[in-house]
Amino acid sequence: MSVLVFLEHHGGELQKGALGVLTKAASLGEADVGAVLVGGGVRSLVDDAGSYGATNVYVADDASFDPPLPQSRVDVLAKVVRDHGYETVMFANSVLAADVAAGLAARLDAGLNWDLADLVSENGTLVGKRPALQDSVYVDVGWRSTPRIALFRAGSFDAVQTGGGAPQVEDVAVELEAHSTGAKVVDQQLEESTGPSIEDADVIVAGGRGLGAPESFALAEELARALGGAVGATRAVVDAGWYPYSAQIGQTGKTVSPKLYVALGISGAIQHKVGMQSSSVIVAINRDANAPIFEFSDLGVVGDVHEIVPKLTELVTQRKSA
Amino acid sequence: MTGATRPSSYPPPFDPREFVSEPTDPADERIEVGVLIVGAGPAGLACAIRLGQLLEEHPDVVERLGEVPVAVVEKGKQPGSHLLSGAVVNPRSLRRLFGAGFRLEDVPSYGPVHGEAVYMLTRRAALRIPPPPTMRNHGNVVFSLSRLGRWLGERAEEGGAMILPETPAGKLLVSHGRVVGVRTGDKGRGRDGEALGSFEPGSDLVAKVTVLAEGTQGHLTGVALEHFGLRGNEPQVWELGVKEVWKVAKPLDRVIHTMGWPLRTAAKYREFGGSFIYPMGDDMLTIGIVVGLDYRDAELSAHDLLQELKTHPKIRALLEGGERVGWGAKTIPSGGFHALPKRLHAPGLLMCGDGVGMVNIPTLKGVHYAIESGRLAAESAFAALQRGNTPATALASYDDAVRSSFIWSDLHEVRDIRQVFGRGFVVGGALASAMTVSKGRIEIGKLPAEPDAEQPLLRTSRAERYPVPDGTLTFDKLSSVFVSGNKTRDDQPNHIRVEQRVPREVAELWTYMCPAQVYEVGADEGDGMVTVQLAPSNCVQCGAITAKGGRLTPPEGGSGPEYTLT
Amino acid sequence: MKIAVCVKHVPEGPARIDPGSKRLDRSGEGMLNRFDANAIEEALRIKGDGDAEIVVVSMGPASAADTLRKALAMGADRAVLVSDDAVAGSDLLATSRVLAKALEREAADLVLFGQQASDGDGAVLWAAVAERLHLPVVSQALELTLADATLRAKRQNEFGYDVIEAPLPAVVAVSDAINEPRYASLKGIMGAKKKPQDVLSLADLGLGPDDAGDAGSRTEVLALAAPPARGGAQKIEDDGNAAQAIVDFLAERRLI
Repeated sequence: MSVLVFLEHHGGELQKGALGVLTKAASLGEADVGAVLVGGGVRSLVDDAGSYGATNVYVADDASFDPPLPQSRVDVLAKVVRDHGYETVMFANSVLAADVAAGLAARLDAGLNWDLADLVSENGTLVGKRPALQDSVYVDVGWRSTPRIALFRAGSFDAVQTGGGAPQVEDVAVELEAHSTGAKVVDQQLEESTGPSIEDADVIVAGGRGLGAPESFALAEELARALGGAVGATRAVVDAGWYPYSAQIGQTGKTVSPKLYVALGISGAIQHKVGMQSSSVIVAINRDANAPIFEFSDLGVVGDVHEIVPKLTELVTQRKSA
Repeated sequence: MTGATRPSSYPPPFDPREFVSEPTDPADERIEVGVLIVGAGPAGLACAIRLGQLLEEHPDVVERLGEVPVAVVEKGKQPGSHLLSGAVVNPRSLRRLFGAGFRLEDVPSYGPVHGEAVYMLTRRAALRIPPPPTMRNHGNVVFSLSRLGRWLGERAEEGGAMILPETPAGKLLVSHGRVVGVRTGDKGRGRDGEALGSFEPGSDLVAKVTVLAEGTQGHLTGVALEHFGLRGNEPQVWELGVKEVWKVAKPLDRVIHTMGWPLRTAAKYREFGGSFIYPMGDDMLTIGIVVGLDYRDAELSAHDLLQELKTHPKIRALLEGGERVGWGAKTIPSGGFHALPKRLHAPGLLMCGDGVGMVNIPTLKGVHYAIESGRLAAESAFAALQRGNTPATALASYDDAVRSSFIWSDLHEVRDIRQVFGRGFVVGGALASAMTVSKGRIEIGKLPAEPDAEQPLLRTSRAERYPVPDGTLTFDKLSSVFVSGNKTRDDQPNHIRVEQRVPREVAELWTYMCPAQVYEVGADEGDGMVTVQLAPSNCVQCGAITAKGGRLTPPEGGSGPEYTLT
Repeated sequence: MKIAVCVKHVPEGPARIDPGSKRLDRSGEGMLNRFDANAIEEALRIKGDGDAEIVVVSMGPASAADTLRKALAMGADRAVLVSDDAVAGSDLLATSRVLAKALEREAADLVLFGQQASDGDGAVLWAAVAERLHLPVVSQALELTLADATLRAKRQNEFGYDVIEAPLPAVVAVSDAINEPRYASLKGIMGAKKKPQDVLSLADLGLGPDDAGDAGSRTEVLALAAPPARGGAQKIEDDGNAAQAIVDFLAERRLI
């Protein structure tokens, strides 16, 4: 079996998520771990790819590939898969990668399993593990034929340098399909860091009625800033006018699943719970030891947010700058 | 009790005139239908079904009704979303509605009543008592009203009616003293009434005949009764019913009614009501409590009384190993015969069902009256349309038909029973039995009937005895609201009219009363006054607030509960 | 000009997986996938007062006709439903194959998709469909304008956004931030019943039972399991050191 990884890059660096997938690919124990680099000046990233486990790197290095458009990448990957017989192609999810993976699946008539959290070998076949239904159930998925295409949830794997030797490099010369050259990027804007939006944030600090007064939302905001996250609110405080509706998390607000959810003064009524229960780690601070939120948080702290949060923010800030 | 606080002293900012107007859309934008029915409940759908039957036999009349001969507007997501009842239903009205060839087995139900028992409860014991004459359910059938509503909706559509869900009727359109239709509600307004990106204004929906079948606390029914001066001899009063549906390990083999605990029987509390437990097939049952809204204790919470009821050892045993799968709440008009409107029709208008109080409280029955009234309304409307005339009296035949029907005679027979229970359970019980045994011929001297909101409030620390929710047998209000399927859009105008600055006691009354936790005691205003804070998106539109000092109006279409099993 | 919008009929209420078939239980009430409402709205905005034809295309059970009627009530002109027993259980590959055939028949100038399906089954469908149709694809569109047979879209990505131009015909997947879908007006709802709704079988599309459903899929569901338990939940009381305890906890999990 051989496995090929699509390595996304930005600003001259390989994307962490993609490197995580490459690390995972290398851990599957295959002799041939391929990586594909498409873009202008990507040749400089070849050694990096090798250090994370790639044995073979396929390079389509040309300025014309600079714009982050998916369809030309489908052409490149299809050629590599066909020419070298790769059986499994892996992607770390991103706006670009998702389009490439699906386009490739249609091109090669290959099965695509997406939103995977893991990939394991069971009885000699590869089985994907994916959460479903807001993470309330886990599903084992398989492929009936090769090539198999696997699209992993962002951040599923840590990127670990395995100190592999320099990889074999091959230039890929490909004829692009007519429809692959239709779209053109005419402008690009990088977003200023005003902090992530709730939907995309890896960390969310949410405030509820237990904050006591609208002014206390400043506690949540400062902690969010320290953690590099977004601020959320419960329906109760939005109803009371303490925070805008766009920040409301819950059944009738937004549904989120960040890596870390910090709930300040939130009781955990079911209307709120269904909007955030699939967060990877939940930390709750509430004065009421019987608050329902403690039944589904990973770390529950019974205490006063006004005393704990400022200290917490300070400690986090110190730690991050150390 | 002078000097005591009464919610009626703090009336809501509500004027029925706000909800009556001429059509305002330009003529070519008004939507025209033949007969417009407001409410896809048993009354409205029976009306639509009967009209479908009549129109099929008379295509000449159909032609006169335009492209949409029969339209039913429903404020919920679909027929059944806002329907809730016990329900043990007398099938006679279904038979009359569908006529020859009708088979009761074709209607989705939970089967006939196999046996019944009535208990007098104390905190720990259950004393079986012979069922009062009013509670004999032999021959009746257990239904989920919500499910029945869905089924009736399908039959109505098969018969040619167009059902328009998520469409509330916000205003009554009246022109030259005649009801000409309704104005539907706006969609896409924000909390302060501002138009959001998705804003869609309501429409003038005009019809030759309008039938109001809105159910308990019907918005336009209340407006119409005011506008045309049709209120009955006595003020209408209501009960609040709160119920749950449970999946159970052991089937229940009988219909159960209880009286007594957790309600208090002394006259000063005025806690009139009881509970019901009905089997729903082999693996489900429904349990609910009904309490008159003329109660006086500011801390009375029907929601929590139901939770308390479930802790009774005999009842806990029924639910052992089970799981709550449904919850809901709704008021029931209980004024009976004396509270029926002076007339059930006005120019261009007919009114049916619970909306005008066609409920027999001693037997806890109203669904079959609703269906029959809908059927009679259809016949009267059809006759008027067939004659092609529209004088103000064209629809008077409806009133005549209702007064000659079993609706009238049944309600007349039990006309004073509710009254007698105002004098306490023991005295009342004896009087009630005397009345039914005599088929209503014994006349009892009547107390003056009072609106629920005029009852003076008292306090007894009742709330201390409500069980702390354990999440398995007993639940808190927000969990219940969730199980009702309510996912109302938050960012919309508040649809509940209440005076917001009231004595603390009144605010607490509403806070405990509301099964959906809409009200909360807000900031202290000094002098014993507080502000009332609302979370309107919790509202399941049960209507209790209208009985107890405020006024419910319909929110944006599709809001509220999404009942399926109630 | 013709705009085709791909929509999905998804289960209403909390989704369940049927343990027998291991597929999503689609037996209950269904509704229009809320993300597709954005796509329909965008088509309506592009049409404006003009005379473009908007066709909604869907693959699903016969009950999906109700959902298509909602799209017609919003203002679409025509609906096409591919409904065939053989399509049940189609994976991404099979679904894209069927939809592509239906879209080929329409030969639209613009094909729109919503961002994803609320039942989690339809993500990234648009890229597969675009590949089969040999059309350029733009996803995550926050803004979309058409001028002279060219589209211009603002595509959101992790770093900000790109402005992309592509010639028509093309496939665009719109983000849910692109617009706020309108409510259907009463007139729209009542008029929907009169608009044309075609129901096609696989044979009508020139496809056989092997092209769709389970037979046409290349992926499968093997098993269901409970999610890994939230191991090691802790609850502590603040004795003045809670903040440090939290920091330690987060550090242990490599969250800070």
